[in-house]
Order: sequence, then structure tokens, then C-alpha cells
Amino acid sequence: MTPAPSLLALYASMVTIRRAEERLSKLFSEGEVPGFLHLSIGQEAVPVGVCAALEPADTVASTHRGHGHALAKGMALEGFFAEIMGRASGVCAGRGGSIHVADMRVGMLGANGIVGGGLPLATGSALAHQVKGRPNVAVAFFGDGAMAEGAFHECLNLARLWRLPLLFVCENNGWGEFSPLERQFAASLAALGAAFGVPHEAIDGTDVEAVAAGARRRADAARRGEGPQILECRTPRWRGHYEGDPQKYREPADLNSARGQDALALAAARLSAQGVGAERLAEIERSIGERIETAVAAARAAAEPSFELAAAGVYTQRAAHA
Amino acid sequence: MPEIRFSGAINRALADAMAADDAVVLFGEDVAAPGGPFAVTRGLQGKFGPQRVRDTPISEAAIAGAAVGAALSGLKPVVEIMFMDFMTFAMDALVNQAAKARFMFGGQCSVPMVVRTPHGGGLNAGPQHSQCLEAWFAHVPGLKVVVPGNPADAYALLRAAIDDPDPVVFVEHKGLYNTKGDLPEPPPAARIGEARIARAGRDATIVSYGAAVAWSLRAAETLAKEGVETEVVDLRSLQPWDEAAVLESVGRTRRLVVAHEAVTPFGVGAEIAARVSEMAFGRLAAPVARVGAAFMPVPFARALERACLPGDADIAAAVRRTLAHA
Repeated sequence: MTPAPSLLALYASMVTIRRAEERLSKLFSEGEVPGFLHLSIGQEAVPVGVCAALEPADTVASTHRGHGHALAKGMALEGFFAEIMGRASGVCAGRGGSIHVADMRVGMLGANGIVGGGLPLATGSALAHQVKGRPNVAVAFFGDGAMAEGAFHECLNLARLWRLPLLFVCENNGWGEFSPLERQFAASLAALGAAFGVPHEAIDGTDVEAVAAGARRRADAARRGEGPQILECRTPRWRGHYEGDPQKYREPADLNSARGQDALALAAARLSAQGVGAERLAEIERSIGERIETAVAAARAAAEPSFELAAAGVYTQRAAHA
Repeated sequence: MPEIRFSGAINRALADAMAADDAVVLFGEDVAAPGGPFAVTRGLQGKFGPQRVRDTPISEAAIAGAAVGAALSGLKPVVEIMFMDFMTFAMDALVNQAAKARFMFGGQCSVPMVVRTPHGGGLNAGPQHSQCLEAWFAHVPGLKVVVPGNPADAYALLRAAIDDPDPVVFVEHKGLYNTKGDLPEPPPAARIGEARIARAGRDATIVSYGAAVAWSLRAAETLAKEGVETEVVDLRSLQPWDEAAVLESVGRTRRLVVAHEAVTPFGVGAEIAARVSEMAFGRLAAPVARVGAAFMPVPFARALERACLPGDADIAAAVRRTLAHA
């Protein structure tokens, strides 16, 4: 089993996601990122903590707010930026964009444009692990907004009936698009898990070490054949539902409170208390900043995707005899 | 040649595919222990075990969605949606996930899955258990749609669908399950996208698929007694459909009727008529005629359902209309 990463490694992974998304926000405002952009700034501890508990062959299905999941699971920055900037060298050849970043090589089954859409995919991936007798787990990342989707309830039930090695990881940021959780969901995730007999653990989603420990407990249980597990991570939503969202539906106090919860600041303070110097953290920042700028420059220099190649990619092309 | 029921041919195809490839798994509502609502999957759990043949709860979204996730993670799932009418609950998995994963992930993966589902009326099953919704799926880039019309094709096309790297909606007419036909030994192979000339003729072409192929053949028998030699083309698959075979036939007969059980507006017949008019307008001696169900929900009462659904008399009448055209 892969050893648990150090707090410094977790911190660096969170910084990578934060700075990559900040860069995307700037590129978006300058017109270099087309389409919709949903940022997970403030939520970095969840993907980083959860993926710290995963093996390379474990699989994750993600959401429309999926940049963190992609990068934490191992997607390279070059393919990531090129995809979101719509280039041929993108990890999805420029056909998916921000909301569909996927990398099968690292077990990342895709961000998803459909709220709740990734839950059945992770369920099926867990089924494949089970049928094939692999020691792996599948993770379904989902937001609190997806708890009201019928597919979620179907998957909880099916996964429990079949005791699938599946982690339901809820990123509960309190907002389903433009509406607060209390106006969207009449139950609680803990009660729902209990109803199906699925163990539920709630943790502070801004504490990357707590997330990593919780995810490891849940993943270990799933690997032992104890069936699906729920990890509910309470996490802030710093940004709008999408970039450009004026968030008029939020009280300033709510927004300020969210921005006061900072996974990076928490981890940095802990590192400092452990004696990691400010210059070491600055070095991490500098190195990540360089890697991001290299990826952005490569994306800018990359070709536009070919329409002919896209058209040939709707179905699998097979040899004539097939 | 040994005779086999349509349902038995599907069962045999599933068994042979599962024996040939450990990655093939089967799940759906009542497909395992009960053996399927139409007994199509009977005995398969006994042969292949509860890991690979599973009963699911009544959860079509999870069935279809889990099939996509399983296909992305190394399995070749064959799932059953008990009635095509229930595909409405499986639409996100099929339309937004299965159909698009290969394309929108830049060709990183294929989605080798099959959704088997029965369509069609004739059982007085009413508006929510009788529909023919195949045109919906043929309209979605990334999906394939296969509709066999006899046991040998059911076998060969299902094997082809399971071997196919892309998601296939495999449509079985409920009225065909108990019909019998020859299944040669060893069973035949087929390619998705190739039509079959079910009857040769020179005066007009009927293009059809599924249960309507038998109606078309009966119509051709009737017309033969009137001195009209009608060709019947069994499409076998709708997405892709064998445009070359249809154009070749129409090029010879110069008259075309498209016959299916689904309602006519915006249907498979509309697409074929449009393509033939684009590609072979000069060859047509008469407007393309379409035969399909009345544009209404399939009604329950015997007399109502009979009047709603098309049959061989409607098809023969349509051929006569095209022949009457100067």
C-alpha cells in the first residue's frame, strides 16, 4: 500500500490546485478560457485528503467542480490547462473542457456536467473492482446539491445491497447552485446513510489531515469488504456557482465566513508549528507557480483541435474486418 | 437446421459471450434468480454465478449508470431495462454519459456496454409498456441501435453488440420472443450496420426492421398474388443504418415504403425518406411512403390497439399507393 503522504506533500498538492484555479480565473476573465468555469477554491483539502488515501488503480468520478479531483488524482498540469483552454494537446483533445476533464490513466473517470452524474459511474467502477477481484475502491465525489438527485438514492441502495467497495465523498459547501442546502434537502446525509446501513463519518473539510485520515478509515473499511462508506466533508464555497456569478443570493456575512475557512492557511500554520520555515513554503509556491506558467505557455502555443479528428472520434474506429 | 425461439437465441448469445469473455457481466431487474421477465436470461446465473449475473433493485438510472462506470473500468456489461418505456429513467446514463464519454474524453476510452430492452405493442399492455422509442437513441451521436427481426439475427447481432467497443441499445420486440426460426450450427456472425435482403423483388422496396419485417414479408406475399414483386430490406440496425443497401434496392425498384411500428412523425422512416430523397431523387418514380403507428399513446383496449398499430395490410396498401403513382 502506498504510504501516507507528509503534510508538506499534502500542502503542496493543495497549493497546486489553488494556484491553478486562480490562474484559470484570470485566464477566464481575459477571454482565454471559453465556456463555463466552476472553481473549487477553498475546497482543496477534500480532493487532496481523499486522494492521499487512494492507490493509483483506485478510481474517482467527479463533478462539475472537478479540477481539484483531477489534479489530486494525478492529472498533469500540461494536459489540464491545454484542455480547459480548448487546445489539441488537452487531456481530452479539447472536446470536453473544464467540466469534463478526465484521465483514465490515473483512474480519473471524469468531471461531469450533470449534477449527480458521476455517482452511478463510480458505482459501476466499484462493481468492476469487485467482479474482477481487485483490491481497489471507487470514489464518488459529489456536492450537497446532488443529494436530492434520485440517482444518488439508487446508488446508495445498490452499493449497500452489493457491498461495493465505494466511497461516497460529499463536499458539503452548503450551496446547491444558487440555493442553500436547507431549502434543498429535507433529510441529513447521516440519517440517509443510517437508513441504508451505510456508515457515515463527518469531518472538517478544511483540515486536510483530518480528511486524509477519515478517507483512509473509510477506504480501508471498503477494501476489507465492508461495503460502501460515506465521508461528509463540510467545506466552504468561496466563489460563485460559476465564474462571473455575482452571488446576489448570498449574504455578505455568509461569504465572509466561507472565506475565513482556509485549508491552506490551516495547513501552513500547522507546518510552521512543526518547524517548517516560511522559506520552504515560499519555495513550494515558486516551484508550483513556475510549473503552472510553463503549462499555460505550452497551452497557448498548442494547436487548435482538428474538427476532422473530432468527427472521427464519435465512435471507436476499428479495422475493416472487425 | 435446428430451430430456436427468439428468446432462446438471445439466451444462447448471452451464454456464449459470457463463456468467451470473463469481462461480460449481466445485470438488471429480475434477470438472475427469476430468469428475466420474459425468461430470456433463464439459467444464466446458474451457469455463471452470482458475481457475473445479478438481480438489481428497480433502479434504472443506477443500472444504466453503473453499466457505464463498469465499462470504463474493464467490464463489458450487458444490462436489461425491463420495458423500453422505462428507458426514460436511464436517459442520463445513456445520452449524457455513455454516448459521450469516448468523444468528450478525447478518445481515451471506449464504453463497451449493451442495454437490452423490449419494445412494441400487441400485448394490450397500454401506453407505458408498449412504446417503440428507438428513434430517440438513433438521434444521439455515440450510441448504436440494433433491432433484430429473427432468431438468427438476434443471436448474431447480440454477439456483435457485446463485442462492440461502443454503447449499443439492443431492442427486442416482445411479440418476437416466442417466434421460432433457424439457428445454424455454428451460429452465424453479423456486422452492425449491414442490412439483409429478406425477400428479393423488382417492383417496390419495403425497408423495415424488428417485428415489422415479418409484416412486410406477409404484405409482399399478398402483393405477389396481385403480380407485384416486392423487395423487403431488413435494416437490422438503425444507428448506423445501411444506407448503401437501401439506395441500391431503391435504385432498382424506384419505389420505397418504410414500415415500422413506431409512430411516423420524426421517426426512422422520416430519416430514411429524407436521405433517399437527397441521394436518389432522380431514381424515385413515386414519393416515399411511410407506415407507422398512429400518432397517439398506444391504447389499451384490443380494438383501440389494433387500430393504432400498423400491420401487413397497411404496408401492402402503401406499396399499392406508390405503384399507383404515375
